[in-house]
Amino acid sequence: MKFVDEFRAPELITRTSEEIRRLVDPARHYRFMEVCGGHTHAIYRFGLKDLLPDNVELIHGPGCPVCVLPMGRIDDGLALSQQDNVIFAAFGDMMRVPGTHGSPLEYKARGMDVRIVYSPSDALKLARANLDKHVMFFAIGFETTAPSTALTLMRARAEGIRNFSVFCNHVTIIPAIRAILDSPDMRLDAFIGPGHVSTVIGCRPYEWIAKEERKPIVISGFEPLDMLQSIVMLLRQLQTREAKVENQYKRVVPWEGNRAALKAMAEVFQLRPYFEWRGLGFISQSALRIRDAYAEWDSERRFDVPGVRVTDPKAAQCGEVLKGVLKPHQCKLFGRECTPEHPIGALMVSSEGSCAAYYNYEHRKTAAATMLSQTA
Amino acid sequence: MCLAIPGKIIEISPDNPDSALVDVVSVRRRVDLGLLQDDRPKPGDWVLIHVGFAMSKISEQDANDQMQTLRMLGETEAALQEVKGYGLEEENGSEAASS
Amino acid sequence: MAHGAGGKASRRLVEGLFAPLLCADSTGPLTDAAQLSIEGTRFAITTDSFVVKPLRFPGGSIGELAVNGTVNDLAVSGARAEVMAVTYVLEAGLPTEVLEAEVRAMAAAAQRAGVRIVSGDTKVVEHGKADGMYVTTTGIGSMIRGLKIDARSVRPGDKVLLSGPIGDHGITILLSRGELDLEAELCSDTRPVLPLVEALAAAAGPGIRWMRDPTRGGVATSLNELACDCGLGIVIDEEKIPIHDAVRGACELLGLDPLHIANEGQFLAVIAPEYSDAALNALNLLPGGEDARMIGTVCEQPAGAVLAATSYGGSRIVDMLVGDPLPRIC
Repeated sequence: MKFVDEFRAPELITRTSEEIRRLVDPARHYRFMEVCGGHTHAIYRFGLKDLLPDNVELIHGPGCPVCVLPMGRIDDGLALSQQDNVIFAAFGDMMRVPGTHGSPLEYKARGMDVRIVYSPSDALKLARANLDKHVMFFAIGFETTAPSTALTLMRARAEGIRNFSVFCNHVTIIPAIRAILDSPDMRLDAFIGPGHVSTVIGCRPYEWIAKEERKPIVISGFEPLDMLQSIVMLLRQLQTREAKVENQYKRVVPWEGNRAALKAMAEVFQLRPYFEWRGLGFISQSALRIRDAYAEWDSERRFDVPGVRVTDPKAAQCGEVLKGVLKPHQCKLFGRECTPEHPIGALMVSSEGSCAAYYNYEHRKTAAATMLSQTA
Repeated sequence: MCLAIPGKIIEISPDNPDSALVDVVSVRRRVDLGLLQDDRPKPGDWVLIHVGFAMSKISEQDANDQMQTLRMLGETEAALQEVKGYGLEEENGSEAASS
Repeated sequence: MAHGAGGKASRRLVEGLFAPLLCADSTGPLTDAAQLSIEGTRFAITTDSFVVKPLRFPGGSIGELAVNGTVNDLAVSGARAEVMAVTYVLEAGLPTEVLEAEVRAMAAAAQRAGVRIVSGDTKVVEHGKADGMYVTTTGIGSMIRGLKIDARSVRPGDKVLLSGPIGDHGITILLSRGELDLEAELCSDTRPVLPLVEALAAAAGPGIRWMRDPTRGGVATSLNELACDCGLGIVIDEEKIPIHDAVRGACELLGLDPLHIANEGQFLAVIAPEYSDAALNALNLLPGGEDARMIGTVCEQPAGAVLAATSYGGSRIVDMLVGDPLPRIC
C-alpha cells in the first residue's frame, strides 16, 4: 500500500528507535502528549511503546471527538430522531456510545431507523433517496471533519434538499490544547501535533504553544515511522532548548492549511460562545454551530432539542484520563464496571479513546516483552 | 478525526469536476474533491481521503525526502563514529546537522 | 443484537445461559460440534442457522453458506459430513424464484461437499420478519480416522496454521449491502474445507491438536477462544497472515481490523511442531490451499490471550470482537 507500507519499514523503524535512544538524556523523564485520538490508536496498534526507552512517556490527550461529547448531547440527538419518519445517520464511531437510555445501536434494536454512514455526503444521499423521511446527520469531529460537513450543507442548500439536517457537534482543537496547558496538574515537555486536523488548519495555529508556553510541537503523521521521527524531532528540540512548531507530516500537511476547507467552514459555521466538553467542562469558543443562513439545515432549529445536561457518574474519572492526569487503569472503574462491552464513559467506547485502546491492546501484556524475545 | 487514507485518482467524473473515482489498494469509491478546488488533482495524483472527501494532495517528493532523511539517521551516526576515531571532533562535541 | 455477532457477547450467551440449562452434564470446552456414540460408532452432530443480508452476493448465497457452514463445523471437529437436515423460515411474499434459486444452490453445494440432504421443514412468517429467509442446517458426520481434536492437548511450541486469505466473506457482504459505496473485485470465500482437512489429517493427523473455522468474529475471536480454552498464549505474526488487497483496502478505509472479519471458507489448526512442515506442504499442494500459512506459535505467555507481534519489535493484544465490526472515521 503506497504511502503507507514504506512508513512501516522494519529496518528504518529500528534505526529511528536507536536514534531516540541516542538522543534521550538518561537522567530526564520526558512527557509528550499526543493530542489526537488517531495517534493514540496508532501507538497501540503498532506497539510503539515497546520501542521507546522507559523514560519517554506518551500521554494521551483529549483529541477524541467521541470521548469529549457529553452524554446529554447524545440524548438530544437520539430524542430528535425518535420522531416519526426521521432517520438517524452517524459514523460508526457513534453507534455504541451510551446515552442515558441506550446507544444508537440499542435504539435501532428497539425500532428506530439508525444508519451508519461513512461520509456526510452519504447521509445527504439517504435524504435524496428517502423523500418521505427526514435524515438527521449527527455530526462529530474536529477540524478534519468539519469542512466535509460544511460542504455537504452547502450542497444541500444549493440543491434545495429540505429533508436533511445536521446536529452539529464539531469541536476545535486549539481550545482543548489550551485547556490542557492551563490545567494545574499538567506537566508536559512537548506535543505530538494532530496531523490530519493540520491538513485543514495548517501549522500556524500552534505557534503560541512554542512562543508563549515554550513547548516544542511537531505535527505528526500516523504511521510508525512518522510518530517515531516526530519523537526524534521533539528530543532534538529539547536537547538544544528550542521550542518551535515543526511539520513532520510534510507530504500531506501544508503549512498554511487548506484555504478552500477553511472557507467552507467559515461559510457554514460560526463559533459557539461556549460548549461543554465531557471531562473538561465548559470551554469558550471551542465548538461550531451552524450559521443563520443555513438555519433550515440545523437540526437544533428544525426540531426542539431537550437540551438536558447529564452529569457523569462521580466515580468515573473520564476528565482526569482525558487530560492525561490519570492513566486509564488508574480510574477506579477501569476493567471492572467500565469495559468495552459495558462502557460507562465514552473513553471506553471509542476505539481511539485511551481507555478502550489501553484495554484492548495493553492490559494483559505484562509478561509479553520477555516472551517476545524468546519467540522471535 | 483522524482516519485518513491515501488513494489514487482514477478518473474525474465527466459531469462533475468535484467527483472523482479513487482507488485504495484496489477498492474504489467516489470521493468529493470540493475541498481541493484551489489545486485540483488530476488522474494519477494521490490524495488523502477522510470521510469520502479529499483533504490534501500527497506529495511524492516530500515522502521521498522523508524516507531519505530516515535512511540517513543511522548513517550519519556511523560516519560520526568513524570521524571520532580520527580524533578530529570539536571540543564541545558535535551532533548531526538537524534534518 | 451483539449476541449474534460471534464475539464476546455470543460466547457469554452460550456459556451463561444455554450451556448450563441445556447441557448441564457435559464437561470440557465448548466445541463447534458435539460427539456422540451410537452402538459403539462415534458420530458428530452440529447445527447452525444462517442469517445474511443480502441473500445473494458475489461468490455465493445463503444456501451455500448454510451447507458449507455446517460441513465446515463438522470438518474442524474432525468429522466428515454425511447427512444434513434443513429448515427454512420464509418471509411471506418471498418470490418463488428466490426460494428456488437457494434450493438449487443448496443442492449444488451439498453435492460438491459430498453430503446428502435427507430431511427438512419449512415455515412461513409475516412479511418483514425474516429478511427474506433464514436457513438452519443440522449435520451429522462420521469421525475422520486418526484425528483427536481437543484444546486441552495444545502445548507451548505448537504452530498455528491458517488455510488461506482472511476477510473475503465479511467484506464482500459489507460491500454488497451498498451502504458504503465501495466497489471491489471481491467475493465470498464460502466453500467446504473438508478436502483440506482430510489432506491435513492424512499428512499430519497425530499432530493436529485443535481446529476451528473463524466465521463471525474472525480469526481474533477463534484464537481468543483457543487461548481461553487451553490457558496458553497465542502469538501471531501479522505480516504472515494472507489477505487480499481489496480486503486490506476496505479495512484501511473503514478502520476495520481484518482479524475481526468473518470468513466462510477458511480454518485454523494447531499443529505439533514436528508435524508442521508436513501439514503446511500438504495444504499448499492442494488447489485452494496454496495460500495456507503458518501464522503463529503457542506460548506460555500471555496466558489466555492473543498477541500480534510486528517484525520491528512492537506488539499488541488482539482482543475478541465486541459486537459487530463497525466502520470508524476517527
